[in-house]
Amino acid sequence: MVSILPLKLSAASAHMHGKRLLGPVSLTLGQNGLTVVIGPNGAGKTTLLRLMHGLQRCSGGALSWAVPAAEARQRQAFVFQAPIMMRRRVIDSLAYPLRLRGIGKGEARAMARASAARFGLADLLESRAPLLSGGEKQKLSLARALIIAPEVLFLDEPCANLDGRATREIETLLLCERARGTRIVMSTHDMGQARRLAQEVIFMHKGVVHESGAAEPFFAAPDTPEAAAFINGDIVE
Amino acid sequence: MSGYSEGFWGAWRLIFTFDPELYEIIFLSLQVTVSAVIIASVIGLPLGAWLAVNRFWLRRYVIAVLNALMGLPPVVVGLFVYMALSRAGPLGGFGLLFSPAAMIIAQVIIITPLIASLSHQSIRDLWAEYHDLLISMNATRAQRIRALLWDGRRALLTATLAGFGRAIGEVGAIMIVGGNIEHVTRALTTAIALETGRGNFAFAMGLGLVLIVLAIIINLAIHIIGKTERASTW
Ligand SMILES: Nc1ncnc2c1ncn2[C@@H]1O[C@H](COP(=O)(O)OP(=O)(O)OP(=O)(O)O)[C@@H](O)[C@H]1O
Ligand SMILES: [Mg+2]
Repeated sequence: MVSILPLKLSAASAHMHGKRLLGPVSLTLGQNGLTVVIGPNGAGKTTLLRLMHGLQRCSGGALSWAVPAAEARQRQAFVFQAPIMMRRRVIDSLAYPLRLRGIGKGEARAMARASAARFGLADLLESRAPLLSGGEKQKLSLARALIIAPEVLFLDEPCANLDGRATREIETLLLCERARGTRIVMSTHDMGQARRLAQEVIFMHKGVVHESGAAEPFFAAPDTPEAAAFINGDIVE
Repeated sequence: MSGYSEGFWGAWRLIFTFDPELYEIIFLSLQVTVSAVIIASVIGLPLGAWLAVNRFWLRRYVIAVLNALMGLPPVVVGLFVYMALSRAGPLGGFGLLFSPAAMIIAQVIIITPLIASLSHQSIRDLWAEYHDLLISMNATRAQRIRALLWDGRRALLTATLAGFGRAIGEVGAIMIVGGNIEHVTRALTTAIALETGRGNFAFAMGLGLVLIVLAIIINLAIHIIGKTERASTW
């Protein structure tokens, strides 16, 4: 199967009610690896991820996958900053993306069980998803996104509000997923997490990509003073 | 005062001896109202859901009209339905005036806006919650509406029950278009109006008790559904 990557953004921008939220942004997401998007609050991280995934309209410039957009959409998934829980049991929530793709009830449920086991949700299969704890909801969101075996996985601050242990659990699952060849693009406010996971970094500031590149040199010696200040935990003006 | 207590005990006697006349009226009322609720739900629930998930330029006006229709005085609805169904009216050819069908039509007109409006509100809230997820998962339009209707089923049931409550207790419209004809179009409310006027308090009160019990059951059901919904965000 032809890869949906690379994703190319050329001078892409996003507007809402005439206000510029993002852009112009030009970048290429290559075939492999894990990209971490960082930057201060309101820098445009969420908007960039949503734009790439197609939840935010591209109001200027262009965005193109290696395959037609409709096909690319089928092969990516998104984990939201605030988990969206359907009013269903955990097993049905997990089976739902499969059911949408026309997979039979029995098969979908069997796959949901297998996925729940992998994500440590096996004991919660019959629980109501909206009643789970924050960490359990995040894991369910991740499991639900991965159950369709997407080629590209977007995550918007998947560990916000989680404690250290839950964060490590999610990180381990993400690294395992990366090892399977899933292309991961995630935003985070946790610089420790960014350093642990990132192979590639996108530093956003004021709605544009301020600096981007391989993770190691970026963290060792960022090119711009804003990026240096940000990774040191200083306030970025 | 003696007429009062006589009426009260007479009412219970009629209910527990299964007075055929009393039960005929109860069944006619239930038949008419249940039919009206089913028809109004078939129209109102999908209309409410559709208004919640589709953006089009007329939408705000349609919603405003629905809300206005909700406050329509039933007597006026009765008048319009009467005029439409009377011999000279546009639908006079069907000969429906003074039949249960006419009563069903009037009730449908009265409660469809209520059911559509209530279901629109709850589906709109659910859609705001699910929007990004369902779009991200590439759910088709039909799949989205199905998910919203299914996950919002408690709220939709509440809307339907509210419609039932309003229809079963309505007098003016069904009096006008049904004519309160014995054995044909005499319903709970119209019979109470008539029997009270005749001084037949036992019979009127028997029907009144049934109506009260129905109203309590409906409100209790709405309350319980609402409580489970809130308690578990489920
Ligand atoms: N729907 C919207 N309407 C108007 N402005 C918006 C909308 N969504 C986002 N914005 C604005 O766009 C800018 C970028 O927002 P975005 O959510 O992408 O930031 P972020 O980097 O994800 O921030 P955070 O770290 O707080 O999550 C912000 O100034 C925000 O106020
Ligand atoms: Mg954000």
